[in-house]
Amino acid sequence: MSQAHAIEPSRRDFLYLATGAVGAVGAAAVVWPLVDQMNPDASTLALASIEVDLGPVAEGQILTVKWRGGPVFIRHRTAKEIKEAVDTPLSELKDPQTDAARAQKPEWLIVVGVCTHLGCVPLGHDGQYDGWKCPCHGSIYDTSGRIRQGPAPLNLAVPDYKFLTDTRVKIG
Amino acid sequence: MDGHSTYTPKSGIARWFESRLPIVGLVHSSFVAYPVPRNLNYFWAFGAILSFMLIIQIITGVTLAMHYTASAAQAFNSVEHIMRDVNFGWLIRYMHSNGASFFFLAVYIHIFRGMYYGSYKAPREVLWILGVIIYVLMMATAFMGYVLPWGQMSFAGATVITNLFTAIPLVGAGVAHWLWGGYAVGDPTLNRFFALHYLLPFMIVGVVILHVWALHVVGQNNPDGVEVQDVRRDTVPFTPYATIKDLFATAVFFVFYAWFVFFIPNYLLDADNFNPANPLVTPAHIVPEWYLLPFYAILRAIPDKLMGVVALAAAMALLAFLPWLDTSPVKSAKYRPLKKFFFWVFVVCCVGLGYLGSQEVSDSATLVARLLSVGYFGYLVVVLPVLGLIEKTKPLPASIADAVLPHAAPAE
Repeated sequence: MSQAHAIEPSRRDFLYLATGAVGAVGAAAVVWPLVDQMNPDASTLALASIEVDLGPVAEGQILTVKWRGGPVFIRHRTAKEIKEAVDTPLSELKDPQTDAARAQKPEWLIVVGVCTHLGCVPLGHDGQYDGWKCPCHGSIYDTSGRIRQGPAPLNLAVPDYKFLTDTRVKIG
Repeated sequence: MDGHSTYTPKSGIARWFESRLPIVGLVHSSFVAYPVPRNLNYFWAFGAILSFMLIIQIITGVTLAMHYTASAAQAFNSVEHIMRDVNFGWLIRYMHSNGASFFFLAVYIHIFRGMYYGSYKAPREVLWILGVIIYVLMMATAFMGYVLPWGQMSFAGATVITNLFTAIPLVGAGVAHWLWGGYAVGDPTLNRFFALHYLLPFMIVGVVILHVWALHVVGQNNPDGVEVQDVRRDTVPFTPYATIKDLFATAVFFVFYAWFVFFIPNYLLDADNFNPANPLVTPAHIVPEWYLLPFYAILRAIPDKLMGVVALAAAMALLAFLPWLDTSPVKSAKYRPLKKFFFWVFVVCCVGLGYLGSQEVSDSATLVARLLSVGYFGYLVVVLPVLGLIEKTKPLPASIADAVLPHAAPAE
């Protein structure tokens, strides 16, 4: 189809561009719900909160609870464990953080039980600091859940939690 | 239409690829250069509309399947979970359920177009039969899909349709137990219906590919029922003419579809399906989805159990024989005044049967349903064969171009 080649854009060019633009917006509007439906849905997002009764947890014991699909360690720390955690100089830590910043009450340490390396669940009362040791690649955490040796880059994560009473805590 | 492609690749890379897998040439010869009769009306756009609806159903279906649980204990709740919790789950669900209805609306218009214009006649018999196969697969898919939400109507529908097989003498009960995976519709039935409902649409895609292939070998029929004689005079290239026309028709269809999806999404659903399935209680008023109603009416109109099932099956199977039931050499009802009249009587019978299928059984309703069933079968096995022999048809145009172009260039 030969038409006089216009230097200015023709009406047809404008129509093509306008149609294409509207079509692109329409295509995006169609695609977005189909992609978004795979995102976590309302029932998953509903901040899963759990309340835990701390009464039965003896001193020195680590309780593991399930929160948002994964483990959370609740450790009733002994005086020795607390002292070792507090006395550690920050210069020794790969991810420096004071123990006070990690535990609202010193005798209760609450951390997410997922190794910050590649996601395995560390084993309690293990490793030279008697904290945790991850069996997958040998990361070693202390009694404050901080990384001391091994390939993990960060300390065990501390979730949002709140003490409802002295013996009842709400996580998440 | 011969199979030679007029596509010439423009770049070196295109030539390299085309010599190894000539798919671009295939698409070009099938949907760009492909000659289309120049007198097609908008009833010919429904093939494209159906293709879009099939794609929509598959995409929404697969995304729904990511969230649906096919167990009798969880199915109903998983559908409510989709509606309430999943992001845009309500939209995808409504698109899928209304999409099924609009898929059938389009297919019925598509079928009636074929029946009116004689698109089933030679050389398009295989094309037509493939279409009947697609239609039957669609009904099976839709039926199984309706069972999945596991509401009261889902359960009742599954029970009634699978019980049809008990009408078969000797082996009926055994076949029914085999279908159910038990002694009644239950958890095993639901699970296998989900697996099959996921499978069948892909079989439909396969038969659709054969259907389009068969079409492209013989070429489209047209409203005048006169075959293409001169490609240059009688046809236009698919792109841009049919492409744009189909896209426009699809857009109008989608406006109608969107009205249902966004404003009246539950209009075609039965309220009873919002009650979880209870195997011990059957709802007072069982109704299948609207697109199955005519066959349901035929089934109920026949007093004998086995003959009712036979009539139901025959009502569908007879469609496959249309190319041979219609004895007239003239294709299009446009030139066959008697067939045109009886065709519309047939349509009234279908719609009437559909309406009666939705109503409660009563003596007067059954009488009318029997009359309309006689009309339905009568059109297929009496009217069409006889009409071809006795009808006086109108004179056909010399060619497609002569039919529609006011000053067509004379044939060479």
